[in-house]
Amino acid sequence: MSGLRMSNWLIVYVGLFLLFLYAPAILLPLFAFNDSAVISFPLAGFTWQWFATVVDNESLHRATRNSLIVAVSTAVFATTLGVFAARAGTRFSFPGKRGMMGLVMVPMVLPEIIIGVSMLVVVLQLGLSLSLMTIILGHVLICTPFSTAILGAAFQGLDRSLEEASIDLGRTRLTTFLLITLPLVLPGIIASLLLAFTISLDEFIIAFFLTGTEATLPVYIWGQLRFPQRIPGLMALGTILLVVSLLLLVCAEYFRRRAARNMGRGEQRELF
Amino acid sequence: MSETVNPTLPIIRTVAVDKSFGSVEALRSVSLEIEQGKFFTLVGPSGCGKTTLLRVMAGFEQPTRGQVFIDGKSMEGVPANKRPTNMVFQSYAVFPHMNVGENIAYGLRSKKTPADRIATLVAEALEMVGLAGYQNRPSHALSGGQRQRVALARALVLKPKVLLLDEPLSALDKKLREQMQSELRNLQRNVGITFVLVTHDQEEALTMSDQIAVIFGGEIAQVASPEILYRRPNSREVADFVGVMNFLNVSVLSEHGTRRRVEVEGLGIVEIEEDQAPRGLVGDIVAGVRPEQFTILFEDRASADRCCSGTVTEIQYFGDMTYYAAKLEGCDKTVTISMRNTAGRRTLGPGDKADIGWRSESVLILS
Ligand SMILES: Nc1ncnc2c1ncn2[C@@H]1O[C@H](COP(=O)(O)OP(=O)(O)O)[C@@H](O)[C@H]1O
Ligand SMILES: [Mg+2]
Repeated sequence: MSGLRMSNWLIVYVGLFLLFLYAPAILLPLFAFNDSAVISFPLAGFTWQWFATVVDNESLHRATRNSLIVAVSTAVFATTLGVFAARAGTRFSFPGKRGMMGLVMVPMVLPEIIIGVSMLVVVLQLGLSLSLMTIILGHVLICTPFSTAILGAAFQGLDRSLEEASIDLGRTRLTTFLLITLPLVLPGIIASLLLAFTISLDEFIIAFFLTGTEATLPVYIWGQLRFPQRIPGLMALGTILLVVSLLLLVCAEYFRRRAARNMGRGEQRELF
Repeated sequence: MSETVNPTLPIIRTVAVDKSFGSVEALRSVSLEIEQGKFFTLVGPSGCGKTTLLRVMAGFEQPTRGQVFIDGKSMEGVPANKRPTNMVFQSYAVFPHMNVGENIAYGLRSKKTPADRIATLVAEALEMVGLAGYQNRPSHALSGGQRQRVALARALVLKPKVLLLDEPLSALDKKLREQMQSELRNLQRNVGITFVLVTHDQEEALTMSDQIAVIFGGEIAQVASPEILYRRPNSREVADFVGVMNFLNVSVLSEHGTRRRVEVEGLGIVEIEEDQAPRGLVGDIVAGVRPEQFTILFEDRASADRCCSGTVTEIQYFGDMTYYAAKLEGCDKTVTISMRNTAGRRTLGPGDKADIGWRSESVLILS
């Protein structure tokens, strides 16, 4: 009996938890389609007009372009660094390896505000001016641990004798890496690219500290919040970003799983 | 490549090879000569360094000390992709993102073989391993045995001077393993390439090889043909590892020249020829007799020149063979005796008295 009551409480708890977690995300599309400039209930009716303001807005387009540049660059750099780190971590042994791999992972748990402030200090000390480049630097710093973790799993799942067989059959280390290693960890690489892209695309704090004259989308949105009449438009923009992020994350997860049940070894297990 | 082999030289020669991994000494002063065109087997318990020795030959590990020669040339500084050896890995290492044909063409492509030539060679290689027409099969659709054939074809298509095989049969079930044993043996005879096989299974080593090297703890214990290895193991350890051996206490009575008399526990006084005591009669010695060298005498007493008696304590029935454990009279030793179950031959049960026949040339003195 008490078990039943427990589970009732559990359902209520889970319900509240989910509401708390997702209500804001549901409000976003709700008001994006609401035919009223004021964000309040009751809803007024259905409209596409806020999406139209998004389509027409020049400075929004510019911010979107900046964000895409930053996110794509971040994804490429973080994944490249991740490949190197994951490869070193799984194939070679060198003194201080554990400590080194730990250090690569640290930015994952550092508060972003600390990273933002300290990078700002460093950039200014070096006499560099703030630009998209500085934002990319900051984003690479926070994305590399994620990329390394995903790629580490992909490299770990790769049967080492596949690479040795390739060398044994007359290939060099480089062609082996290109013909055997890369294709087999490709799902991991794609997952890493997608995840780093998604993280960078909606990152605000670090971008806020490191933005010069060119703002990224989140920084632009924050700037627009001062103008109440633009808020429904931001809701529409937020809805678009939400959908895009969700799609990207689903893709990333799909490829991460493919990498996880990696070829090489996974198949061996099914065999017998 | 194999055309240029000089038949009088050993195809592989290792000279005092040591290999350490940190504080682990995986190989200690391994000197071996492997004859061209032979089926050579490295056998030993797990962890004794077989794989390490194979990888040293292939060029995946560098010896800490010592040298490896392949076809007369020193392999010092020669990387794995430049050596005239190919390897069949324990996991087979069939490339999962390529189909069977691409797997087999992989090595040919790195040698810049023309495309039409590749197609012919791939087809021939597949036919040789009994997978004719499998070119377009995806490699994940292969069974364990087929995977192994692909790995074999992929290596043999390059016509290496030596094919190295690391426990290629250990992942297969018993039936398939026995079938592959004879297929591998026949394949080796047909292609004439030297095979170096690693296994922990001494029976597999005996049935497949021309020559066997027994390795214990990183050191070569004995190199011999299967028959010599079984009949004349050179140490107690080898005798115990290869087949079953009964060990009996022994004391030396006299030793002048080639006449040696010893007293063996339970068997009495035995005259020993020189080759029955490969390391002489000194030190901590023991007598060894194989189970099939004892015979339980039913009516045919004439076949044995010596006889003792004992009591059966246990029997194990294998269909074609029966294994008896029998306690010898006059001592506390139990020996294992194997008898072929020929037509009309009785089997005994526990508690039965038995006359046990043996011959003095069946007794080995080991240390
Ligand atoms: N890469 C390595 N690093 C450290 N120790 C190793 C390595 N390879 C093998 N060893 C050690 O060397 C010894 C021999 O190993 P191996 O040659 O694989 O034995 P086998 O193939 O006979 O089972 C073992 O004690 C093993 O732990
Ligand atoms: Mg091994």
